[in-house]
Amino acid sequence: MPDTEQGYGAEYEHQHVHSVYERIAPHFSSTRYKPWPVVEKFLRELPDGSIGLDVGCGNGKYLAVNKNIFIVASDRSPNLVAIAGQHQPHSALVADALDLPYRLSFYDFAISVAVVHHLSTEERRVQSLKAIFDSLREADASSNGGRALIYVWALEQKESRRGWDEGHEQDVMVPWVMKDHKKKPKDADHVAEVPGAQTTHYRYYHLYRKGELEHDVSEAGGIVLDSGYEKDNWWAIVTRSATGGINHIDPPA
Amino acid sequence: MKLLTLNFVTCARKSCKTLPAAFPLHPRDAELEIVEMELNPKFLVNILPRVEWQALRTVCQELGLPTLPDIMPVQQDLLQPPSLPGRESESQEGEAEGEGGSEEEDALQKPSQTAQDLHRVLLETTIANGKLVCGACGHEYAVKEGIANFLLPSHMV
Ligand SMILES: [Zn+2]
Repeated sequence: MPDTEQGYGAEYEHQHVHSVYERIAPHFSSTRYKPWPVVEKFLRELPDGSIGLDVGCGNGKYLAVNKNIFIVASDRSPNLVAIAGQHQPHSALVADALDLPYRLSFYDFAISVAVVHHLSTEERRVQSLKAIFDSLREADASSNGGRALIYVWALEQKESRRGWDEGHEQDVMVPWVMKDHKKKPKDADHVAEVPGAQTTHYRYYHLYRKGELEHDVSEAGGIVLDSGYEKDNWWAIVTRSATGGINHIDPPA
Repeated sequence: MKLLTLNFVTCARKSCKTLPAAFPLHPRDAELEIVEMELNPKFLVNILPRVEWQALRTVCQELGLPTLPDIMPVQQDLLQPPSLPGRESESQEGEAEGEGGSEEEDALQKPSQTAQDLHRVLLETTIANGKLVCGACGHEYAVKEGIANFLLPSHMV
């Protein structure tokens, strides 16, 4: 696939997102155990027996929230999927967010937490949202359409030590420091050895500015039912259908 | 990969996803493994109506598993003891005998033999290693140590 916009695209993401997660998987996993409240609430409130997706499941921390629903979780990193697959009754598989192996118009819900912001062009971010929305059940006479919860990192992070805020460059490389790294990585071009047995890996992020998530959702054919900001992140609850779900909108958490 | 999951996935290629032949994916050279899991009767009752029964039958047949009934069981088949002795005689193990029924609530939720069989097929029977083949484009997806890999080579994206 040819790269677009300033050399960004699939190849770029492979180098600056996927291979980094694959290396940091065990360490990353041990630090990612606390679910975001908005996501946890979304999953807990689903009717029993709902069938849905976790696109970019990482270590599968959201698979522990509700055992009365069934989640097919996917991630690009086989090492993370192996960890996620341990959460019964759910299921985990390896897939790319842009080429999801899911039945169309079938699922009751989907979550995608901290994933879309790793795609390096707007076109690819919108494509990944569309792939999620296409898998959601359409509304019919007896029920609302399926719903997706999308969660991305915000540009506006006044409270965080990272120092980003309105006006900052939105495409950034974020360091991940690993201590006591034993093996020296083969491709050292984006890995810096740091004294004291530390290795720093840089991951690519597109930081979403206010209103941008809603814009991308609508470009992808989704309708925002609810949206908000939660500790350095923007989130939106989305349905694909013009008629589904609008008569009932949850108040902001 | 659980057989339940196989019932919810299709080929990852965009050109295939709208084609009926891309679902279900067909197991090839599959090595099966039983991964035991607690039976949750309510979960089964809720999930069952979402199962594409004929696709499940096809997959079971291709895997050489016992033939499933032509018609999908209904809720009552799952929560009541089988009223027709011998109907599921092949897999009867004598576990289903009542142990007093002291709590009526529990008795209502007691899984039937049909429920136990379905639990075994949908949730405990997994493809440990092998391939999943798309009936439309012929692409093979590898399954290794229970995990299916749907990443496409770049020329197929
Ligand atoms: Zn195909």
